[in-house]
Amino acid sequence: MTRRERTVDVLVVGAGPAGLGAAAELAASGVRRVEVLEREQSAGGIPRHCHHAGFGSSRPNGGTSGPEYARRSTAAAARAGATLRTGITVTGWAGPRTLDATGPGGLERITAHAVVLATGARERPRSARLVPGTRPAGVYTTGELQQAVHIHHQHIGTRAVIVGDEPVGIAAADTLRAAGVEVVARVTDRPAALPAALGRHHGAPLLTRTTVTALAGSPRLTGVAVRHGDGRTTTLPCDTVVFTGDWIPDHELARRGDVPLDPGTRGPAHDAAYRTHAPGVFAAGNLLHAVERAGTAAAEGRALAAPVRRHLATGAWPAGRAALTVAAPLEWIAPNLTGPDGDRPTGNRFILRTGRPLTAPLLVVRQDGLELYRRRLLRPARPGRPLHLPADWLDRADPHGGTVRVSVG
Amino acid sequence: MTHTVTAAGDPLPALPGGAPYDVTVIGAGVVGTAIARELARYPLRTALVEASDDIGNGTSKANTAILHTGFDAVPGTLEARLVREGQRRLSAYAADTGIPVERVGALLVAWDAEQLAALPALLAKAEANGYRAARLLDADEVAEREPHLGPGALGGLEVPDESVICPWTTPLAFATQAVRAGVHLHLDCPVRDIEPGSTVHTLTTGRGPLRTRFLINAAGLYADEIDRRFGHDVFTVTPRRGQLIVFDKLARDLVRHILLPVPTSAGKGVLVAPTVFGNVLLGPTAEELDDKTATESTQEGIALLREKGRRILPRLLDEEVTAVYAGLRAATGQEDYRIQEYPGRRYIAVGGIRSTGLTASMAIADHVTGLLARTGLDPGTPAELEPLTMPGLGEAAERPYLNAELIARDPAYGTLVCHCERVTAGEIRDALAATLPPRSVAGLARRTRAGNGRCQGFHCGAGLRALIEGNGP
Repeated sequence: MTRRERTVDVLVVGAGPAGLGAAAELAASGVRRVEVLEREQSAGGIPRHCHHAGFGSSRPNGGTSGPEYARRSTAAAARAGATLRTGITVTGWAGPRTLDATGPGGLERITAHAVVLATGARERPRSARLVPGTRPAGVYTTGELQQAVHIHHQHIGTRAVIVGDEPVGIAAADTLRAAGVEVVARVTDRPAALPAALGRHHGAPLLTRTTVTALAGSPRLTGVAVRHGDGRTTTLPCDTVVFTGDWIPDHELARRGDVPLDPGTRGPAHDAAYRTHAPGVFAAGNLLHAVERAGTAAAEGRALAAPVRRHLATGAWPAGRAALTVAAPLEWIAPNLTGPDGDRPTGNRFILRTGRPLTAPLLVVRQDGLELYRRRLLRPARPGRPLHLPADWLDRADPHGGTVRVSVG
Repeated sequence: MTHTVTAAGDPLPALPGGAPYDVTVIGAGVVGTAIARELARYPLRTALVEASDDIGNGTSKANTAILHTGFDAVPGTLEARLVREGQRRLSAYAADTGIPVERVGALLVAWDAEQLAALPALLAKAEANGYRAARLLDADEVAEREPHLGPGALGGLEVPDESVICPWTTPLAFATQAVRAGVHLHLDCPVRDIEPGSTVHTLTTGRGPLRTRFLINAAGLYADEIDRRFGHDVFTVTPRRGQLIVFDKLARDLVRHILLPVPTSAGKGVLVAPTVFGNVLLGPTAEELDDKTATESTQEGIALLREKGRRILPRLLDEEVTAVYAGLRAATGQEDYRIQEYPGRRYIAVGGIRSTGLTASMAIADHVTGLLARTGLDPGTPAELEPLTMPGLGEAAERPYLNAELIARDPAYGTLVCHCERVTAGEIRDALAATLPPRSVAGLARRTRAGNGRCQGFHCGAGLRALIEGNGP
């Protein structure tokens, strides 16, 4: 046997906000052997290269910067007594709660009483969005751009187009400006946002109902071809394009372990206690709902400590929980399984996404012909941004009943 | 022996006594590098000149990565013979050097009556080509072999020896062996003009004049233009574009064989094939173009592939797309290669090498070397080349990140840099220090897979670029 075999109480995969939150809370609450494996060389996750403020705060300019937030969450987990190991990659499963890992110290096989998947999310790159054209230099996702600028101080370009109107597009624009790149336009195929959300932070026009039809130029990008909502086409001259948002959970490890996914989120299906369908396997953070703010991911990590402890004590795992599904224009809901234990999701609310703007959506929840909830939200809902559904009705749902359906009335 | 590899900014080296090269090969694709490797066995001063900044950087880098048996070649053609022979040679060479190959076998799936009716003739063709292991399957056998196939498959033809191969390691192995045996490789060296001479040809390159006694034209898409410099008007290369979609590794379990289309009067369909990297390939389109640089993908092409792919393997379309690319095949309007020696001119044209060129490359090299002797060159006595071991990029081999002994010797093989493809710092370091190091992020990807995965650089792209630029001139 060439693998070093070990056993721990809880193995957390991923040291981003969710994994660190889980590790800190678990270790602080007395779980003895909590180990976090992080494939990058430093812990902290995506915030490590997000140099804007707003981390650890609900206000855009409150809180701290991403790197500072990453440092604090890392230090908190370590202080609580969790073992943080960076530069160690989990490569696959050897059993239901046994994971194989590779690091410079060799190969390991670690068995845990509970596994917490916190592998996060990535932005879909240009290819996954099926954008045709040449394959030139100068094509980024926000993640790659932020590392290029803030970690490696690389030359980016002179004129950039940003694709996507999610909040991360604003971060991309800030990063580009910090690197001396002019943002010539932001492009989204969605309709104009609601007036309340317009304004601020621009400088570059936001072209709505505009689809990127091709990239041009070789070896360097020379332009982005677009088609406007009225059918007009044009090419935006630029040497850089950043594909932002359009997140997809990094769910490969979950799928390799036969942990069933929710069809809407593409992350593991889970209940309000962050239990997946696989006994002993929990999940948290943007693996479950790509993506929410770091603070939300961290709160979920902390929230799963209690159910993990309960599982360590009893070994119990629920079976046959009813699924929660959404109807268009809603895209997904998380958590997406009912739970039999009276657990409530973090903040006592579900997170949802809509595919199109909704002014004051009337949310209706039904199960087996029974209406469990009906209320109009006061706030508008926008694509790419969270929409919340209070969880008060959850106790009235039958965990052994049919699918719970959430729709916009 | 010192290795001579020059690139933009370097002068072309002067040979001792101002002598010309004995043989110059134009084009460092899979065919040109195979020829250079074969010539490297002889006591010849050989140059391999390449217009771009890397070997295998044109048609060779963007093909369907299949090692063909040649079962469906036109019997009696040069192509049929060289593919058959090349398949044997390259299979053996790949096993020796560690070029990833997986013998997954092919199934030609018939989806309508016309395709079903065409299968017996294809079986007969395979036998006419000396391939006897093909076999007809009924609908149930096809369904059993490929449980995720879309509904409506009526039958199939099984070709068990069709394999998938790494298209990048192959020319890299050829070029590495050639350079180590003394062949001069000149990158960034486009040939702009040729002045044929009675004893020495003078090439005007982007980096100055290059003199050579014999010339081999393996310029791929540009072979016709080189050929015209000798006053010939024999063939015209019409680029035939093939767009391909690479699906995520999580799609790999959906398909077991190379699923080939059955060619009919309605044209050739698209194939679905596993790759040696554990992905699934869907393509290619076949578009006759006149622009030899048109390697862009198109909305129509991607839509067509997705439509056809949905019929073949419906669940494939639910998986994430990792990459979309397009390559240009060097079609010449003739169903055979255009290999022609001109003894009086000390020149050989190696044109019209179509999508089978990867498979046939070593046989083409052997054939062309034979022609060279008939062109008036006595190449001397061949020597054995130093054996070569290439990095194991294929999923079927034990990758470094899973090799405990290797990591114990050198912890850099336990540090993953590209997480999607599981490429380690040790492999990247080795590539940067190799005989033919990468000069771009794309070149690094072709040597190590780094950056080729599902995230396309979201996680490691900036770090890889830092490594390449740190290694720069």
